[in-house]
Amino acid sequence: MNFEDTPEEAEFRAEARAFLKKHLDPAENDRDARYQPDFIERAKKWQKTKAEGGFAQITWPKQFGGRGGTPIQQVIWNQEESKFNAPTYPFAIGLGMCLPTVIAFGSDEHKKRYVPPALTGEEIWCQLFSEPAAGSDVAGLKTKAVRDGDEWVINGQKVWTTGAHISDYGIVLTRTDPDVPKHKGLTMFIIDMKDPGVEVRPIHQASGGSEFNEVYFTDVRIPDSDRLGEPGQGWKVALVTLMNERLAVGGSAGPDWREIMNYAREAGTMSDAAFRSKLADWYVAAQGYKLTKFRTQTALSKGETPGPESSIGKVITANQMQDICNSAMEMQDHYGLISDCEKAPMEAAFQEGWLWAPGMRIAGGTDEILKNIIAERVLGLPQDVRVDKDKPFSRMG
Amino acid sequence: MDFDFSDDQKFLRDEARKFLEAQCDSGVVRKVLDNDNVHHSDELWTQIKEMGWLGTAIPGEYGGLGLGMLELCVIAEELGRVLAPVPFGSSIYFFAEGLKAFGSDAQKQEFLPKVADGSIVGCVGASEGPGPITAVSIKCEFDGSQVTGSKIPVTDGGIATHALLLVKEGSGTSLVIADLSADGVTSETLKTVEPTRDHAQLTFSAAPGERLGEAGQGIEMYQAILDRAAILLAFEQLGGASRAQEMAIEYAKERHAFGRPIGGNQAIKHKLADMYVKNEVARSNAYYGAWALSTDAAELPEAAAAARIAASEAFWFASKENTQTHGGMGFTWEVDCHLFYRRAKLLAVQAGAPAVWKEKLVRALEMKNAA
Ligand SMILES: Cc1cc2nc3c(=O)[nH]c(=O)nc-3n(C[C@H](O)[C@H](O)[C@H](O)COP(=O)(O)OP(=O)(O)OC[C@H]3O[C@@H](n4cnc5c(N)ncnc54)[C@H](O)[C@@H]3O)c2cc1C
Repeated sequence: MNFEDTPEEAEFRAEARAFLKKHLDPAENDRDARYQPDFIERAKKWQKTKAEGGFAQITWPKQFGGRGGTPIQQVIWNQEESKFNAPTYPFAIGLGMCLPTVIAFGSDEHKKRYVPPALTGEEIWCQLFSEPAAGSDVAGLKTKAVRDGDEWVINGQKVWTTGAHISDYGIVLTRTDPDVPKHKGLTMFIIDMKDPGVEVRPIHQASGGSEFNEVYFTDVRIPDSDRLGEPGQGWKVALVTLMNERLAVGGSAGPDWREIMNYAREAGTMSDAAFRSKLADWYVAAQGYKLTKFRTQTALSKGETPGPESSIGKVITANQMQDICNSAMEMQDHYGLISDCEKAPMEAAFQEGWLWAPGMRIAGGTDEILKNIIAERVLGLPQDVRVDKDKPFSRMG
Repeated sequence: MDFDFSDDQKFLRDEARKFLEAQCDSGVVRKVLDNDNVHHSDELWTQIKEMGWLGTAIPGEYGGLGLGMLELCVIAEELGRVLAPVPFGSSIYFFAEGLKAFGSDAQKQEFLPKVADGSIVGCVGASEGPGPITAVSIKCEFDGSQVTGSKIPVTDGGIATHALLLVKEGSGTSLVIADLSADGVTSETLKTVEPTRDHAQLTFSAAPGERLGEAGQGIEMYQAILDRAAILLAFEQLGGASRAQEMAIEYAKERHAFGRPIGGNQAIKHKLADMYVKNEVARSNAYYGAWALSTDAAELPEAAAAARIAASEAFWFASKENTQTHGGMGFTWEVDCHLFYRRAKLLAVQAGAPAVWKEKLVRALEMKNAA
């Protein structure tokens, strides 16, 4: 048992660090960066530098512009990059979820056309799955795609689409056959977000910002060649996207036990017994998750398939972040209401985290759905009752 | 990064599991539970001696196998899974480890080989009454050669031959080794919520004792012993929590209500998912503790505290919700749920309750992050 890199890992880590040091200044990319107007430009620039250095998507094959590296190298890169507050956020969904789906189901032309500009940050992608009436139960979606010769005509509405307003392309899950059970009548396409039939309307989030959107489709024509997977096989394709999502989510941005401890010391509330007890619990859970990732990393390092233990991630981090921010605000008492970063302690980090936390507990699978997944897929418990499972979608109320 | 047990250690685990599943089913635990005059399973204890497990982490020069702390962690988890009704923890995690850490060479020569072959059984006596142990809570007194006072409760105190005692000496505290067969020592069996392990009140009236380590350093040495024992106990807790989780899952799949398995209901599913999360958090923290223990890392105090807090919470949750998942059956004497519920409590308070460790942890974090 040890925490040391193997010689090859150490060499790669050193290389990664040297590259990051050369190109990034951790102080420059402050926490609020993603709300600043020049952020996307800076992010694109960094993505390009990274791709040129061979550090964008390390596990992807070289022929697609990846490094052809190992999963453990990707882990090491992520660890090092995160120390630099690198502006990677706009590409998380595209590179983390959409492009892996394109690589898995797309044609050679797709891969040649779409992968390189996504890797170099020239094109941004979004994931168009959720709809007003289909979120957790995303297979219940209604956006229609109807075949017309060599094309499909799309009509309908998506919602909560993160980054749609800055995206060039998206993967869109549609219903192509309403007369079969819901999971069987879906088809996935690549969609050009600049098509005149696509209308993106930003949604004003509960947290104040506008990072996700409503997206309306009016007679959008997609060539059949931009279909991913067979007609009716969209669910199978979507599962690949969602599997990648679960790998990507988990590492949460937001105040943790360290921040609240620092704040409590500054504020002179460190001696409060109830606070000390909670602090210990936060530390133990955060440490538990961090060390669980080390177990995953160990499996990868040995070339083994990691166990399901990393599925505990988002359930722990999202709730904990909410709880920590809430406690910090209550520590500030009446003043805790103030979210002006000039006036609030720690530049209003706790207020911001508190406002963002409810979204974290929903995005990428709600707490309840994640617990269902652990119970059903990891522990092998029976599936929930699904009254609509075998009925044609068109005959469901 | 190699944050896992080695193949050899995993082999040891598999062998230990096979052995204990065959030799320590719950019938063995129940023999102790159901007989007021029996306080441990002598048969199992004899087999454990023969397997050489007692000497796992005792150096070869002192009669042990000279394997390491990681191997001991592996065995602890397996003993925890089957709720082994033997004084393994008392004799090894506390007594032997205490001697290893603070004994003179002569003391190690005298005691460790006998602990390793099982001819003596050690225990630890610290508590004297309700509430956490502190330098001022200790009244049991040592005058340099004799001990006078009382320790209650002492886990495995009635079956141990020797005790490590935290005592008052002058204005400070010391650690003392006492031979429990000596004149002036009396033992009275205690009724506790965990009858599958022995508990006694030990009373000393000018009974002979010899100091372990330096006079006046008792509480500090005791804390250091606890840090190490906490990690080994965490592995026992983890074993118990894992087994309780398995029981709950098995039952949730087979028990039907309202025409389907109870495990199809989210109130049960989410409870078991929570159990899984707590157990994984406990496992990862315990592994970190094992690493700290095996390398004598500077991080040992906070690793021990985190391992202990996580494992106590995990076993408490798994044991109580396993019972809940079993419904009325879970509340019967015949079904094993209560055995886990009882053992979880013993292991959670035996080396200081979770609140004490949370305070220790926060103090360690404050020290570490001092400006
Ligand atoms: C910040 C943010 C970003 C997002 N980005 C994207 C994106 O880029 N692309 C995209 O496609 N979607 C995105 N989403 C949508 C997200 O995936 C959905 O919001 C989420 O899956 C929940 O769906 P819903 O909102 O329809 O809630 P519902 O499914 O209506 O759920 C409402 C409540 O019911 C509970 N519930 C539902 N079904 C069950 C069940 N079977 N068992 C127990 N409880 C249940 C839920 O847990 C929840 O508490 C984003 C959401 C957020 C908040």
